[in-house]
Amino acid sequence: MSANNGDSTGYLDMELLRFTTAGSVDDGKSTLIGRLLYDSKSIFEDQYEAIEESSRRKGDANVNLALLTDGLRAEREQGITIDVAYRYFATPKRKFIIADTPGHIQYTRNMVTGASTANLALILVDARNGVVEQTHRHTFIAALLGIPHVVFCINKMDLVDYDEKVYNKIKDQIESFSSKLDVKDIRFIPISALKGDNVVNESENTPWYKGGTLLYLLENIHIGSDHNHIDSRFPVQHVVRPHSDEYHDYRGYAGRIAGGIFKPGDTVAVLPSGFTSKIKSIEIFNEKLEEAFPPMSVTMQLEDDIDISRGDMIVRENNKPNVSQDIDVMLCWMNSKPLIPSGKYALKHTTSDARCMIKNIHYKMDINTLHRLEDDKNIGMNDIARVTLRTTKPLYYDRYSRNRITGSVILIDEATNETVAAGMII
Amino acid sequence: MRAYNLTHLKELEAEAIYVIREVAAQFENPAILFSGGKDSITVAHLARKAFFPAKVPFPLVHIDTGHNFPETIEFRDKYVKKLGVELIVGSVQESIDEGKVVEEKGYNASRNGLQTVTLLDTIEKYKFDACVGGARRDEEKARAKERFFSHRDEFGQWDPKNQRPELWNIFNGRKHFGENFRVFPISNWTEMDVWQYILMEGIELPSLYFAHEREVFVRDNVIMADCDYIQKKDSEKTFKKVVRFRTIGDMTCTGAVESEASTLETIITEVAATRQTERGTRSDDKRSEAAMEDRKKQGYF
Repeated sequence: MSANNGDSTGYLDMELLRFTTAGSVDDGKSTLIGRLLYDSKSIFEDQYEAIEESSRRKGDANVNLALLTDGLRAEREQGITIDVAYRYFATPKRKFIIADTPGHIQYTRNMVTGASTANLALILVDARNGVVEQTHRHTFIAALLGIPHVVFCINKMDLVDYDEKVYNKIKDQIESFSSKLDVKDIRFIPISALKGDNVVNESENTPWYKGGTLLYLLENIHIGSDHNHIDSRFPVQHVVRPHSDEYHDYRGYAGRIAGGIFKPGDTVAVLPSGFTSKIKSIEIFNEKLEEAFPPMSVTMQLEDDIDISRGDMIVRENNKPNVSQDIDVMLCWMNSKPLIPSGKYALKHTTSDARCMIKNIHYKMDINTLHRLEDDKNIGMNDIARVTLRTTKPLYYDRYSRNRITGSVILIDEATNETVAAGMII
Repeated sequence: MRAYNLTHLKELEAEAIYVIREVAAQFENPAILFSGGKDSITVAHLARKAFFPAKVPFPLVHIDTGHNFPETIEFRDKYVKKLGVELIVGSVQESIDEGKVVEEKGYNASRNGLQTVTLLDTIEKYKFDACVGGARRDEEKARAKERFFSHRDEFGQWDPKNQRPELWNIFNGRKHFGENFRVFPISNWTEMDVWQYILMEGIELPSLYFAHEREVFVRDNVIMADCDYIQKKDSEKTFKKVVRFRTIGDMTCTGAVESEASTLETIITEVAATRQTERGTRSDDKRSEAAMEDRKKQGYF
């Protein structure tokens, strides 16, 4: 096996899977990631030697695979993870991007960030402790962020003698509370990240478990339907005008397909103007495409000269998004400065910029119990609340549950320019 | 029914092009940091695709330490012509002559650390508000925490503990006067992805990446190219060897690897089999466990 598992030919049909990891403190999340990297031969000798040396200095008996995931000096010194870190590994089937989110500090903020682009969430549960408050929290955030696949790794099975009853009890508990949430695909795997059971190699200690290993699942889970292929949405990002002799009248609309499938000849409407035209061509560089779908970055030409600029959206004539200036969102607050009721913020939605006012706070979510706190309207760091925003101009949006790109917004503090909140449109 | 699914390279390409177009849309005066290495060549290639048939709307900026491989400079000049864009060179030699930095002395002297000052001066002189670079998160542990849009204060400093959260594909490029951004479109690529993409796209590279014979010597178990910029010890004898470079930096801090790989296909096979990270031959990273983090905080890209 090789370090990157690549060769010069096999890469052309590899897919990309993005996943995020969540676990409470000491659930063994870093060990699991270290295990995946190590057993899939994605760790290089010099990296391994460096953590071997660090482990010895710290007096650890075994090489601490968790050290592989600590990036910043403060993290190594304090033995904690502060920020989302991205890790990469590949097998001949897929390339993986892991958004590794810390277990404690600013937990919600980081998990929401990591989850926003993920196809799959790995949630770790310590087999000895079973379902804890944090398990609820992680599952709720995975559901809120619309992650299509959620995999519960019941970890530390070695410490409960690989007992099927322990595993089944935890599985039942999770199934019962997650039925209240909107998660499309839930899986369970009994593992020991430390010993390697069912991570990359099948375990002899769990003969009662008939599912595949974690890596097998990551390599084979169907992700082809994770994007919306129904509602055609093309937010215009940039207008390409070459101003050259050769391309004198060229006018191309560059952007990334946010939903649906576009083909040359399709009749499209341009929002907000409402003008219709036909797609003349769809291109990437000097290649003409027969169709375009998410998440492709393309340039589109239309048959008619219409005034189109950044922030406009090209859609299929017979399938238009919602339009409103009053937007209901689940808002995750991410800044140490709390939300100001009736405050004004800058807002970004696809390629469009606007301003908004916090018009109404409906309730704050207790994400451990899933209770709605209708009397608590103090929204601070890591809080999740249902809020109505009033925007300065109409937004063309889909519900987040239908499209994660056209259904999401961020709020920016206009004084500090910091990103203060993420919103999922309801 | 066909599967509406992209391969990993096409998806990474789409993401990078999206990021580069976002730079054109959100900033007034962006530039591409171009070192002549494979990563910045890949970024320049992606920029070409992003705006085609229009030209890349940014100049290329090269921070020239004066210790580059001659092959790199030759490639750079040819490439700039091909793209038809402006080249801006920030010279470390000038920073030294102006007394802004002091050259290191002795056997391990390198201008690598001095680059930061020249880079920040160049950004200030041309008033760039965003510099697009080819850094990847898999390269180094401090870079694993880097954002696509990385905010720098008016001193060019990176504050790793206080980064803006980056969600979905919404990038926040808002800034105060005097601040700027570093933007990394190929953040999510690995060394292997870059090589496979170069092969898929038929991207031209400097000859240094391919096996060739050259005069070398060995220091601290690393094969170094013989050149006027490195002070050799008496015990360090030069000899001829067939080598290639996995990364291209200064001649003073970039080690070669013994290799017969003279085509992209054989390089990919070699990269796949290697057991050392590509920066393992970079002495600039070996100065301490947090060498990269410290340099980044000061404004290194």
